[in-house]
Order: sequence, then C-alpha cells, then structure tokens
Amino acid sequence: MTIAEERSELAHEPEAGGHHGPTGIYKWLTSTDHKVIGKNYMYTSLVFLMIAGAMAMIIRAQLVQPDGHIVSQQMYNELFTIHGSIMLYLFAGPFAFGGFANFILPLQIGAPDMAFPRLNALSYWLYLTGGTTMLMGFFVTGGAAAFGWVSYAPLSSYTNSPGPGPDLWIVAIALTGFSGIFTAVNLVTTAFYLRAPGMTMFRMPIFTWNMVVTGILILIAFPILTAAMVMLYADRHLGTHFFTVAGGGSPVMWQNLFWFFGHPEVYILALPYFGIASEIFPVFAKKPIFGYKGLVFATLAIAGLSTGVWAHHMYTTGTVLLPFFAALSLLIAVPTGIKVFTWIGTLWGGNLQFKVPMLFALGFLVTFTMGGFSGVMLASPPFDFAVHDTYFVVAHFHQVLAGTAIFAGFAGFYYWYPKLTGRMMREGLGKLQFWIAFIAFNMTFIPQYLAGLRGMPRRIPVYLVTDHVTFLNQVSSVGAFLTGFSFLIWLLNLWISWRKPIAAGDNPWDGHTLEWATTSPPPHHNFTSLPPIRSQRPVWDQNHPEYADYNTEHDGTPKKEVETR
Amino acid sequence: MKVEYRVYLGIGIFVLLVTVVYFFWAKEYGGAMMLFGTAGLGILPALYLGWWKRRMEPRPEDVEDATLAENRGPVGAFPDHTIFPFVLGVGAFLTALSLVFGAWTAVIGLSLIVFAATSATLESRRGGAI
Repeated sequence: MTIAEERSELAHEPEAGGHHGPTGIYKWLTSTDHKVIGKNYMYTSLVFLMIAGAMAMIIRAQLVQPDGHIVSQQMYNELFTIHGSIMLYLFAGPFAFGGFANFILPLQIGAPDMAFPRLNALSYWLYLTGGTTMLMGFFVTGGAAAFGWVSYAPLSSYTNSPGPGPDLWIVAIALTGFSGIFTAVNLVTTAFYLRAPGMTMFRMPIFTWNMVVTGILILIAFPILTAAMVMLYADRHLGTHFFTVAGGGSPVMWQNLFWFFGHPEVYILALPYFGIASEIFPVFAKKPIFGYKGLVFATLAIAGLSTGVWAHHMYTTGTVLLPFFAALSLLIAVPTGIKVFTWIGTLWGGNLQFKVPMLFALGFLVTFTMGGFSGVMLASPPFDFAVHDTYFVVAHFHQVLAGTAIFAGFAGFYYWYPKLTGRMMREGLGKLQFWIAFIAFNMTFIPQYLAGLRGMPRRIPVYLVTDHVTFLNQVSSVGAFLTGFSFLIWLLNLWISWRKPIAAGDNPWDGHTLEWATTSPPPHHNFTSLPPIRSQRPVWDQNHPEYADYNTEHDGTPKKEVETR
Repeated sequence: MKVEYRVYLGIGIFVLLVTVVYFFWAKEYGGAMMLFGTAGLGILPALYLGWWKRRMEPRPEDVEDATLAENRGPVGAFPDHTIFPFVLGVGAFLTALSLVFGAWTAVIGLSLIVFAATSATLESRRGGAI
C-alpha cells in the first residue's frame, strides 16, 4: 500500500487548505460545503442502517421458532414496515446519492462545489427531519405505520390504519421525497455545468455518469411518489376517494402510481452502487474500465426501460398487460448483463489486488448477479404467479438491493474513506468484516428462496411446523445475526481509525480519477491545482505518463502514432 | 452541451415510443398518461439544452483538448456557510407536522420559512458569506 508518510500531519487536521470557517456543531448546522454535507448524509444514513438492521434482528428472532412471541403481531407489522421504509427511503438512496455523490461527484469533475450549495444543505435538513418524522411513529398512540413500505390501498386507508403513525409516515416520505428531488437537481446541474476544461461528458468517471442518470430518474420518479402521498393523505383526511371503491376510486390505481415510482426507484438505488463498483474494479485491476461507452449506454438503457416495467409488481392483480411488462422486464436483463460483462472484462487479465474495497466490490458482483438471475425468473408471469408475495421475492430483492447497497456501499466507504478523512481503515479488520458479511448474508437469503418455493408468505409473524420451513428460517436467522455482527467489526475499525490514525496520503490506492489529485481531505473548494484532462483517467496519466491512456492502446501497448498534445 | 442534450432527448424519445406501443396495445389510459408525462420530462429539458446548444460555442468542458487556462476567472459564487437552509428545513418540518398534529406547528413553521427565505435572499443580494 502506498501511504505518503510526509502527509501524516493532515490526518489530524479536519480541514486542510488553511480555510477558517465555523467549527463543531455550528459548522454542521451552517455548512454549505458539499464535502461536509456529503459526510453528514453518509453518517446519518449509516445510523439509519443500524436502526433498520436492529429491526431486522428482531424480525429474524421472531421467526426462529414457528410460533414466535418476541414481539406482538402489531409490533411485527410496524417493524417490517419501518425496516423496509428506512432501508429504501433513508439508507440505500441517501447513502449513495446524498453521501457518496455529494462528496465525490464535484471532486471527480474538478468542480469547486455543487451547483446550488444552499439547496444542497436544505436537502440534507429535509432528509434528516423526514427520517426523524418516520421514527416518531413509534412514540405516538397506535404506533408506527404497519402497512408495509409499499403502503397498499385499502390497507393504508384511515379505517384500516387509523392513528397518527401512518400520517407521520406519509409526511416523512413527502419530506425525504423533496430532499431527493433537490439533490437530483443539484447533481445533474453540477455535472452539466461545472466540469473542468477538457472533462467532456465521455471523459466523466462512470460513477459520475451513473449519478447523472440516477438524478434524471429521481426527477422522473419522485414527483409521482409525492403526488401519490398527497392523494393518500387526502383520502385519509379530506374525504376524497382516489383509492376507495366505495367512492368510485380504485385501490389498484395506488399500485400503478406507487410502482411507477417504485421500479425506477429500484434503479435509483442500484445505479449509484454500480458506479462505485465501476470505479473500484479498474483501480484494483490496474486497467482502464473495459467498454466505457458500453457501460454508459447500458446505464441509459436501464433508465429508459425502468420507466416501462412498473406493472411487473402487479401481475397477480389481473389488470395488467402481461406480455408487455414481461417483455420489457426481461429486456432490462440485457443492459444489466452488459454491465456485468464489462466488469468481468475489466478484471480479466488485470493485475488484481484484493484490498478490502475490491473484496466488497466482488461480493457485490456475486450477490447482485445471483439476485439478478432470480429477477429474470420473476419477470416471467407464470413463475411470478406461483411465488408472488412469498419469501422467494423477499430473498430476490434483498440480494439485489441490500446486497448491492451493503457490499458496494461498504466497498465505496473503504475506498473513499481515506479521501473523506485523510486516514486509512485497517485492512485485516476490513477483510474479516467482508468474509463474515459475505458468508452470513448469503446464509440469510439463500434459505429464503427455498422457504419461498415451499410457499412461505412474506410479512407473517408466525408459521406452522407442518410448513417445513423451520430449519430454513433458523439458518436464515443465524445468518442475519452474523451479518449484524459484521457491522460491529466495521464500527470497531472506524473507532480504531479514529483513535489511532494511519495517514492516507493523497492517493493511497493509485486511483485514476480527479478526486485523487487533491489532498486528503480536500481543501476548501477542493483543488489548488488540476492535472491536464486528456483521457478518462487524468490522475493515472499524470502519475504514469509512460502508460498514459492517450499514449497507449487498451491492452497497455503503445499506440502506433503517439499523439502529442 | 451536445451530449447533455442527447441524453435527455434519447430518454424522452425512447419513452415516447414505449408510450405509443403501450397505448395501442394495452388500451389502458392511466399508464399511457404516466408514460406520456415521463416522455415530456425527457423532451422538455432536451429542448432547453438543445436551444442553448445552438446558441453557444462549445464550452471548455466540451472540448477534448481544452487547457485549464481557458477556464480562468471565477467559476461561480459559492456561499460558504449560512444558517438559513437549516432554518428553512426546520420550518418545512414543522409545517409538514401540522398535517398530523394540528395547525399550531404550521404557525411556527411558516414563520420560520418566511424568515429564512427572506434572510437568505437578502444575504445573497449583500453577497453574504460567499
């Protein structure tokens, strides 16, 4: 590992570059610096992850025995609702497009900040207050929302879900929805208008490209969710009948509205993590990314297709055109397959270094591919009819979404932590965390596929011995507890890195993109100087001029006609 | 600006095609309407970006062999630190809570929103902490 010892003093300085702004809590409250806001997002979303993880532990403890009594059935409903809501609305998305994107995107394109710094700060406060609002549900009469993270009508009507808890959930989603929209405006504008000279669109790092496409998808999807929440609130309190049959409305309309947001949302959650993996594979394979433009167009194709597949969540309603949605859902496997192919192509023949970020990125590749295959199965209506609302679906989306957010998320955290803080995390502890998490995660969810195939429905607090799923649930629960334990190792690693810092230096991984051209942590407004941008890997070109991308072919051999610019 | 324009246009046209296929095949107007709106969300920004693309020279960030010196001068005005986004966020939070706990939180919330919006605007006009 290359650690520049001469920069060790920076490990103790919170803000390099000689900028004197507010400090402490006042800095937290008033900063419009994208790096501070990005870190705020990241640490807040990780706290939410811990809360949702604790809920998952209770859920799995309940299911260890066929007739579990750890929590009441009402509390069980509240727990899986808020667990899902936190993971999807408050962790997976904000961790990536609030945390990583905020911190990394301006650095990767050579910008001094996000395009709208105050709007950026407002986004964070709406996110934090939205998340707090959701958790407040546990402290009001009647408890938190208990209708699942999808809030299906008519279960979410006032008659079926009375009390302030569901209303708090609706308000929370609206607040975080606005937060997401503002962040998306910022991301797209920053990438379109604040790039450094020479940083053309097709030289932008894949992470930045993915964040642009994620931003576009957020702007398409989130307003629909917010509108649906307004309609749901109006149905509950203002006497409207959008989703009630009695008043001439349609409960299935809720599903249409929700999933028109919900399926692009799946890609809003996944694309940023694809971007993280696309940054890590080339760096630890010592190669440029294989098929750069293929990756970009695959991302755009996923974005386009994701708007036309919403009703594959609704096959069993009997109200949707099955061949249309099955065809488009199966088509998404093509660009997704291109991505997996390019990642493997990047690794192929590379000088692989199995550092912690690389291990987590490979863990993501395995779990995502596994979950992706079961997604292709579910896109087929006959199969979906058989396993709809069973644990097969639970296992599928956890492998795809939780696997992506956790493995690629931690890959990104380990990869960029030196840039965030100027410190390294410990390799040994990181590897221990990875192997426990990887084995335990798959131990949790592979049995759930089998339980689903045996007909175990999702969202049930008890099951029968005669269902023959007890052993599968016990294996799954042990896996879940071990996954939870692996997070404690990460916390220990974080604590050790905080108490006994190892200086990271500016570019500890020999990274390729512009964030590695500045100090760790970066100074106020990011750069004191920039390298010339002549390829997709300006920092690699600067550090390895003999192998610079503009001088070499893809396989590293010199170009026949060397361009001199 | 050409690529930015084409990204939006590509998404818009693709969704428009999906809309047409869905409309005539499914004959379901709700979904077709949502798809049509989505196509608009691609095409409208594309028209804006395309309008500018025609009227401006390629920027340094659009040119492959541009030098850093071509971007000399201020990139933009970036506020350093300000309390008003926080105040605005708390105001929005309290206003939203009024939907659950009654109008009294909105009184405080809306006051904070007006105060923060006004103060942030004045801060910008003065130059603020930029």
